[in-house]
Amino acid sequence: MDFFREMWVITRKDLRAELRTKEAINASLAFSLVILVLFSFAFDPTEKETVSMSGGLLWIVFAFAGTLVLNRSFAREVPNDCLDALVAAPISGAALFMGKALANFLLVLAVELVSLPVFGIFYNVHWTSHFWSLMLVLALGTWGLTVIGTIFSALTVNIRLRELMAPLLVYPMLIPALMSAMQLSMDLIAGKPLGGENQIWLRLLVAFDVIFTALSLVLLETVLVG
Amino acid sequence: MTAVAAEGVWKYYGDYPALRDVMLRAEPGTCLALIGRNGAGKTTLLRIIGGFSKAGRGQVRIFGNDPRETQTRRRLGWIGHGISVYDELSAFENLSLFGRLYDLPDPRKAAMEWLERTGLERVKDGLVREFSRGMRQRLAVARAFLHQPSVLLLDEPFTALDDRAIAVLQRLLRDALAEGRTVVMSTHQLREALELATHVALLNRGKTAFQGERTAQMVQDPGWVYAHYGED
Repeated sequence: MDFFREMWVITRKDLRAELRTKEAINASLAFSLVILVLFSFAFDPTEKETVSMSGGLLWIVFAFAGTLVLNRSFAREVPNDCLDALVAAPISGAALFMGKALANFLLVLAVELVSLPVFGIFYNVHWTSHFWSLMLVLALGTWGLTVIGTIFSALTVNIRLRELMAPLLVYPMLIPALMSAMQLSMDLIAGKPLGGENQIWLRLLVAFDVIFTALSLVLLETVLVG
Repeated sequence: MTAVAAEGVWKYYGDYPALRDVMLRAEPGTCLALIGRNGAGKTTLLRIIGGFSKAGRGQVRIFGNDPRETQTRRRLGWIGHGISVYDELSAFENLSLFGRLYDLPDPRKAAMEWLERTGLERVKDGLVREFSRGMRQRLAVARAFLHQPSVLLLDEPFTALDDRAIAVLQRLLRDALAEGRTVVMSTHQLREALELATHVALLNRGKTAFQGERTAQMVQDPGWVYAHYGED
């Protein structure tokens, strides 16, 4: 079986299991919406203040909400020892990782795509002026979050306090990606296009995604089997 | 070629040697019952043979190959302490999933065939979380046999099985042995295991205390191996 078919089998399985229970996505979506709404009431920022804090606010919400999905990624394999069956199956660790990462990416992205219009409405921000550029930044930032979250979900799967440990490990690693995504999102919402001054942040985000995806693909087998 | 060979296998958990220079062989078409007290290292050894964990020293070979090689994994079937099927999926979806992961030519057909062989065809669309314990165990057996593995590794396979599941498993294992497959199982349930086993290995505190053919004496008196080669 080729790499992409193996990957897709894992992605479909994870999406199907999650959409049946909706454990992680419901929690993530509810968290994301509640935080956005609470912040809007708590601070009541002006339009200018909203634009300057938009990147930070959005990505902090996405990072925390995303962790709720990512924590479940390998934890889902623990009941019934399903992880043993996956490790025993004749598929590569890379395909297993990419399959899980893609499922997580789609779930986290879905939460973000629901949260963005809510952000626009509650903060009275016109966020669609550079819509496709913002979607690109959203995809790149979410992939970085997903890759780090998925590999650390695998690393902490057998730890008793994994729900606590995974975020503690994930957030420090994510700092370069989050900083890039925050800066780029803020610029795009403020009406500045991609390129010029913010190109360095875009490059940093792409480099982060490429490096950590490559590292995770190589390391997953070691993480799971030793 | 030897189906399963463990040569000088050591495994440490911290400073504690869970396995100490273990030697083990199982030829094709044989059933090796791996016995020993709790903590003797049976599960650790089976997990190393299955490629779930690595030996500290020594090596394991499945038909001469490393257990982590993709082609070797295709030839291994595993039943561990958990049932290794997903509660959120139906019985049919679970078996189809593993059929696809093992790259079977027709995963859906194979899934249906094994649901019928384990008596689960009527509940094929039921979610596993709604199954009784016995049904879950039979599904686990179907999952392990689905890809017709050459070597079956079973960790305490009869524990917590109901009578029907024990009968299904024993029948499938007899068929597998008749087809020339190899079975290595760890067990405390000596009577059930010795009925099937052609060979017996006793692990004592991480060392192979005995390995040899199963004799009629062992079947008559399941404690015989322990009495002669067991605790110091």
